[in-house]
Amino acid sequence: MTDEPLVLGIETSCDETGVGIVRGTTLLADALASSVDLHARFGGVVPEVASRAHLEAMVPTMQRALDEAGVTLADVDAIAVTSGPGLAGALLVGVAAAKGYAVAAEKPVYGVNHLAAHVAVDTLEHGPLPEPAIALLVSGGHSSLLLVDDLAGGVTPLGSTIDDAAGEAFDKVARLLGMPFPGGPPIDRAARDGQATIAFPRGLTAAKDQAAHRFDFSFSGLKTAVARWVEARERAGEPVPVNDVAASFQDAVCDVLTAKAIDACRQHGVDTLVIGGGVAANSRLRALAEERAAKVGITVRVPRPKLCTDNGAMVAALGSHLVAAGVRPSRLDLPADSAMPLTLVSV
Amino acid sequence: MLVLVLDTSTPAVTAAVADVTPTGHAVVAELRAVDGRAHGELMAPEIDEVLRKAGASVRDLRAIVAGTGPGPFTGLRVGLVTAASMGQALGIPAHGVCSLDAIGGVPGQVTLVATDARRREVYWALYDQAGARVEGPHVDLPEAAVERAAGATVAVGDGAMKYADRLGLEVRDEPRYPRVDAFVRLAAERVRAGAPSEPLTPLYLRRPDAVAAGGHKPVLR
Ligand SMILES: Nc1ncnc2c1ncn2[C@@H]1O[C@H](COP(=O)(O)OP(=O)(O)O)[C@@H](O)[C@H]1O
Ligand SMILES: [Mg+2]
Repeated sequence: MTDEPLVLGIETSCDETGVGIVRGTTLLADALASSVDLHARFGGVVPEVASRAHLEAMVPTMQRALDEAGVTLADVDAIAVTSGPGLAGALLVGVAAAKGYAVAAEKPVYGVNHLAAHVAVDTLEHGPLPEPAIALLVSGGHSSLLLVDDLAGGVTPLGSTIDDAAGEAFDKVARLLGMPFPGGPPIDRAARDGQATIAFPRGLTAAKDQAAHRFDFSFSGLKTAVARWVEARERAGEPVPVNDVAASFQDAVCDVLTAKAIDACRQHGVDTLVIGGGVAANSRLRALAEERAAKVGITVRVPRPKLCTDNGAMVAALGSHLVAAGVRPSRLDLPADSAMPLTLVSV
Repeated sequence: MLVLVLDTSTPAVTAAVADVTPTGHAVVAELRAVDGRAHGELMAPEIDEVLRKAGASVRDLRAIVAGTGPGPFTGLRVGLVTAASMGQALGIPAHGVCSLDAIGGVPGQVTLVATDARRREVYWALYDQAGARVEGPHVDLPEAAVERAAGATVAVGDGAMKYADRLGLEVRDEPRYPRVDAFVRLAAERVRAGAPSEPLTPLYLRRPDAVAAGGHKPVLR
């Protein structure tokens, strides 16, 4: 066991400062500081507020992770850090910190892709990922379907959202329904007490969209449809059945996500579907994916909710995979790349 | 005692190794690249190289001295988080020094020190004839800075140079950026005393542009 690499991961791409430590695929520590409360009144993440919070949280979060794992920086074999995609100023705090730790502790540093890390985190819960696999990544900033041939080197984007991300749709609809930010958890809860009785649109699922957008998503029409429906009710002076709206909206999102993910598995002859990103915490998405996949012999892997949202453990998990695969580390002039493409797993 | 000096409060990305002795201090090696948009890329390789130039290893360092600004936020944070993370990893104290103090006053003159704050403003402070800071740091339009900097007879710093024609003061070319020697001098007592690490709080001086929701894209990416 102890000859497996001990890898530390740093995540600062959005509003969570995360430091995780893994040995091989065993999670040893997952320390997190969030600035989410500071952004709540703005209804979305304010980049400069997030960056300031990362600077303040970096050292204490690192200390908590080291204490939790019972290791020191000298014990670590490599340091991985999210170098993109994400908010430029926020990423830069983590990247500069990672390099500071790497230079001081004389360790290699790996700049890694945040989205690939959302896939890699599943190895901490379910062991090595069978390759090829299909990954569905759904968060506040992204909604993508990927073909994962080789998590250390090759990820092929199959499709992504052409407008809002799935989590963004949850956040916007939640605001419309007077729920707090982030909107995913309150919608998930409200939907449990509601019925999916309203037929909201399923973006890019029509026959005419199959040629150009078979594996792409669109959620902005759905968000608008929910807004119109709620407005019409309010104008008519009728009460808005919040729980039913939440359930119907959630069903529309999960229906499209799971149908396209399974379609991608079948087209590529892949029997493993891994779901990651904050929206993977959604209870309906998990249940529907399981139900539909089971029917066609596909195995669904979804990490536990705490590992689905942004954290340092996912970065450490990808770093550990890269070290084990013999991938070379990044150079010390490693930049933060807010638009890092999915085809780059590390730089 | 070897110390590492880091400052990213201006377009000059500075890394240096200095020796603090019981009675004095000397700069052993110093590197400075000027690029206001690449602090994140330049900082770590510069540290690596300046240690090599000084013939030292990170393990020889006994303290870190960092410029706390004021300076443009994104770049400023690079130096501070690097200093804090290195201090933590090495188990050595990190000390902060106001970066304008490391430009400092012209001896014998009341000096306005001003650096470029972008958005047509300057970060500034006023120093008396003995070199003590008597006003600031603040952020203002150049004209407002001069008006508030009562008694200044000379101005220095890249902000003073940029707005030289609007200050109505003699502007000198040097020092243009914070000086390593001054950082070491200003932190030397703390280094010698083995003072504990301080939180390296950036002198932002401006509130974040908080783009409130409503009409804007709520999740800014
Ligand atoms: N139970 C849930 N159901 C649906 N969406 C959720 C749930 N929990 C979290 N989310 C959404 O996940 C998003 C956050 O995802 P995360 O991966 O942490 O961050 P980022 O979007 O910054 O990558 C938010 O948009 C949030 O609303
Ligand atoms: Mg994410």
